[in-house]
Amino acid sequence: MADESKAPQSPESSQPDVAGSIPAPSAASAAPSSTVKAATPAPVQLPLDNELSRRYRERFGSAILDALEDRKQSILILDAKHLLEIARYSRDEEKFELLEDYTAVDWPRREKRFDLVAQLYSFTHNTRLRLKILLRADQQPATLVPIWPAANWLEREIFDLFGISFRGHPNLKRILLPDEWQGHPLRKDYDILQQDTAWVRENLGIESGQ
Amino acid sequence: MPDTVHENAAQKSGTLLGADELVINMGPQHPSTHGVLRVKLKLDGERVIGSECVIGYLHRGVEKIAENRTYQQFAPYVDRMDYVAAVSNGLGYCEAVEKLLVVEAPPRARVIRTILTELQRIASHLLWLGTHALDVGALTPLFYCMREREEVLKIFEKYCGARLTTHAFRIGGLQYEAYDTLEKDVERFCGSFEGRIQQYSDLLTGNSIWIGRTRNVGILNSTDCIALGVSGPVLRASGVKWDLRKAMPYAAYDQYKFEIPVGTRGDTYDRYMVRIEEMRQSRLICLQAIENIPAGPIMARVGKVLKPPAGEVYHAIEGPKGVLGYYIVSDGSVMPYRVRIRPPSFINLQALDKMIRGHLVTDVVAIIGTLDIVLGEVDR
Repeated sequence: MADESKAPQSPESSQPDVAGSIPAPSAASAAPSSTVKAATPAPVQLPLDNELSRRYRERFGSAILDALEDRKQSILILDAKHLLEIARYSRDEEKFELLEDYTAVDWPRREKRFDLVAQLYSFTHNTRLRLKILLRADQQPATLVPIWPAANWLEREIFDLFGISFRGHPNLKRILLPDEWQGHPLRKDYDILQQDTAWVRENLGIESGQ
Repeated sequence: MPDTVHENAAQKSGTLLGADELVINMGPQHPSTHGVLRVKLKLDGERVIGSECVIGYLHRGVEKIAENRTYQQFAPYVDRMDYVAAVSNGLGYCEAVEKLLVVEAPPRARVIRTILTELQRIASHLLWLGTHALDVGALTPLFYCMREREEVLKIFEKYCGARLTTHAFRIGGLQYEAYDTLEKDVERFCGSFEGRIQQYSDLLTGNSIWIGRTRNVGILNSTDCIALGVSGPVLRASGVKWDLRKAMPYAAYDQYKFEIPVGTRGDTYDRYMVRIEEMRQSRLICLQAIENIPAGPIMARVGKVLKPPAGEVYHAIEGPKGVLGYYIVSDGSVMPYRVRIRPPSFINLQALDKMIRGHLVTDVVAIIGTLDIVLGEVDR
């Protein structure tokens, strides 16, 4: 919304579809910049084929669905069934000792609705690796707590905000929202103004938190 | 669970309350929890035998808000997570979006960012030191720490007009040029600060009460740290020499010489020593940086409307509390499809249970303080 406001300094229109919102006089200032930008148009996702991805593919075969490189970062896309073995292998053999982050992304129109995204870091090699696990809405992935205890709260947060249940988690309950709350706010079908009105009315004594 | 414990014990001893086990609530309104943290403590006498953290009192759904704002509109929100280190939060976010856009901030902007971020680290550590010492019973350092922090906040105020939630950086560089006397102000602050750190040191480092309250309290060894994902000064105090400013340099850190202080035992005292030394190193970085701020533009060429190509990026910086990461997924539109913030406080807090077991209730206060958590970031 704020972007439609008029530009005080010369804006740089790298995207053709925003050119309409910029008045004609800026064409002169945009001309030199477009020549600067033209050299780097398409970074995006490329197939990843390096030592690391080859080792994973050799070992796990079809469980590695894909390997990508995005902005120079390595991503392995996995099938949820083999999550635990691959995680253990990553920690013990590939020396990714640290589970830096674990989260999810909701793609409601996809057949496999969720991505579970784990950011791994290796102290030994000073490298990062991202594991992405594709998940159907009714699927329950195995918990990573036995491999990286750090996953405990992170999985609880995913459970809380996305409604994904982890098989074998020692204490799977909501962590940020109240225990009785209905709904999972980070799902795409949960509107930003939506809330558990009944809970708010009962516990806060007000009609709406908005 | 607590009730049955009590009843069983009560039946055995024939009194109303079991004398051997007790469950008490610490917080959420308790001054030493540094915000609205609630810890359920299971005690045997005064000794902690178990605990559970209850968090979420400050949950504002920052990540959901991000999906409904443009990239620029969301930038001020990150200041409100770790509100005592807003500049660091902003740096992480701006750099992550820049990576997503595949642009780089110009050298001048990167150096100014480094200076302000290191000053912010000092300010954050000062606030930690003052309140931590206060929790443990030393009242005086708080006033000194606030005095020095004030100097840093004044520099922020002169630079961008705000003291706490600064929104100092923009995606692509900086909005404001450095003001005329920035170098002089930083130099003056750094000049007096070395002696000031020495003053805190004199008050605490050799103080037998301080040592008694912090030595061997809340030990977390390196194996546990890594398993629990703990980062920042807490990890370094356990002897792991890992700092993202060295391991994966960002901003302008590759240009400066500095040391990574580490501890050996991983106790509260070591964490204190590590943070004190980190302030000294931050001061050195600032002094090196002001010597040569490159000339040139402060803003890279980014559009007024940011539409990063579809894809994703993870970028982490070494915040004052630990590794602060941003995972951003773009679907090619003006709003991020998903923003995930890796909050160092949230993940470090997970280690609390391990650290307080076997200690006394008074030590719990010291250990919460030494973790240096900010609840705005834990709950987001």
